[in-house]
Amino acid sequence: MKIIVAIKQVPDRDAQFRIDGAGKWIEEADLQFALNESDAYALEEALQLKEKHGGEVVVLSTGPERIGQTIREALAKGADRAINIACDDLGARDALGVARLLAAAVKQESPDLLLTGLQSEDLGLGQTGVILAELLGLPHASLILHVEKTETGLTVRRELEEGWFQSIELPTPAVLTIQSGGNKLRYATLMGIKRAKTKEVRQLTAAELGVDATPVVVLEGVALPQKQKSTQILAGSPKEQAAALVEKLKFEVRVL
Amino acid sequence: MSGILVVIEQREGRISRISWEAVAAAQRLASQMSEPVNAVILGADTEALAAEIASRPAARVIRVEHPLLGQYTADGFTVALQQLVQSEMPAYMVLPHTYQVRDYAPALAARLGEVLISDVVAIGDGPVFTRQLMQGRLNGSYRHTGSGTCFVSVQAGAFRVEASDAVAPAAVTTFTPTIEAARIRTKPGQPFRGSSQTVDLGSAQLIVSVGRGIKEADNLPLVQELATALGAELAASRPICDNGWLPMERQVGSSGQTVAPKLYLAVGISGAIQHLVGMKGSQCIVAINKDPDAPIFEVADYGIVGDLFEVVPALTEAIKAAKQ
Repeated sequence: MKIIVAIKQVPDRDAQFRIDGAGKWIEEADLQFALNESDAYALEEALQLKEKHGGEVVVLSTGPERIGQTIREALAKGADRAINIACDDLGARDALGVARLLAAAVKQESPDLLLTGLQSEDLGLGQTGVILAELLGLPHASLILHVEKTETGLTVRRELEEGWFQSIELPTPAVLTIQSGGNKLRYATLMGIKRAKTKEVRQLTAAELGVDATPVVVLEGVALPQKQKSTQILAGSPKEQAAALVEKLKFEVRVL
Repeated sequence: MSGILVVIEQREGRISRISWEAVAAAQRLASQMSEPVNAVILGADTEALAAEIASRPAARVIRVEHPLLGQYTADGFTVALQQLVQSEMPAYMVLPHTYQVRDYAPALAARLGEVLISDVVAIGDGPVFTRQLMQGRLNGSYRHTGSGTCFVSVQAGAFRVEASDAVAPAAVTTFTPTIEAARIRTKPGQPFRGSSQTVDLGSAQLIVSVGRGIKEADNLPLVQELATALGAELAASRPICDNGWLPMERQVGSSGQTVAPKLYLAVGISGAIQHLVGMKGSQCIVAINKDPDAPIFEVADYGIVGDLFEVVPALTEAIKAAKQ
């Protein structure tokens, strides 16, 4: 089975950030970056499918130069090779524009399965996988926790709301968006990190793929959210904070 | 391009609350541009549902009816709504941001050369659509610049459903899409419950909930002791259950249980929206977190900014002392 995993590099979730001078985005120079969490689960699912059924795992990404670090991390975990679409104006493209870039690269590979994380931790659009399926003319299923290969295709377990699930059968080639938590994530081994250095990273550019970048939806600006409630902050040493909270729980919330 | 279509979602013949919130969002848009709001319901037998929708304020209810829409598939819904949009040419299509909509609406918009503005929490003049970025720590303002229909999905709980006076029932029309069985490539099974639910967090009065801030499974007893001292149920945000540190049935949030206890004490939970939707109805929310800008403080009544590894043991002791 040839599996492509589309991954995204996102700001580290604990990163403190500042809004940039133009109020358009955040200052990226301040930030540490990491592999998007649900993409890490998509990669894990791909690696486990390869271990069971053989084949190849190819990671696919797009972004500025810093993405090289995240690609090497994926290769160290066990992906066989990578394709990167160099793109410095990713933020100016909408979800369709980004998916068109990725789709153009996928078409050259004709995989049996295309996986991606459910949603990115920065923009949170949750659309790339589903749009990719549409652009490639492939069937898809989203919010997937478990994948099983069958005679005719795949049986997947889809998460529904409030603790419900559903099995879905679909033929391959197909696109799945992977929900976090379906597998236990592996760490890269020392050997893996060493091997990653010799693995192929094919570099493409947005220009050579000839993809239209004109957006139909634009992010005009960003701002810090307004507080919905006036939170009473309890200050002091941990002991004082604990005592103050116990007072509140006793006399105002009345649960003690 | 004119008019606003709002898609109503049903599950086993019941209309979900978020669908009425989507109607409220559509009305908010309509007030900016004096366009009519028409409601859309898809299915194999939508007569009773359409009558229910028609009793609410809408210019028209459109039944998109076909035997192949009886059970949801992304392929079926996408092709049916694509044909409806091409026939009605609405300026806007508003959808509830549910797991189902997330599964087909991005493909529907892409098929028409458009992009869904997903998970919208507010609509301003323009219209400008507000979405949450960076796990709820930042808001983004989005504008539609395309020439076709603008697709928008709205977050649960973001738009208030106003009680409305009795209105004359809306007209009901039927739209019959052309769907070939061969175009539906996926075969969905019946929904089923996950592991047997032995913990009913929904009826708990006191909940202590733990998140990523706890760092390691070995640190969980710290929070368990607090819950025990308080007489509370222990719950968690998704990453804790994803790691297998606590069973899935203790998960609070959009994919877990929805709770509304007297007290919800969130320890080391940053408060991503997927978690907040599961607990923001709690009567009193207390948050302990090291990051003063964590979104959990936006919904908390009381906040302690500090190191949970110091605050939680102190709190456990103080509660034990208060109970003696």
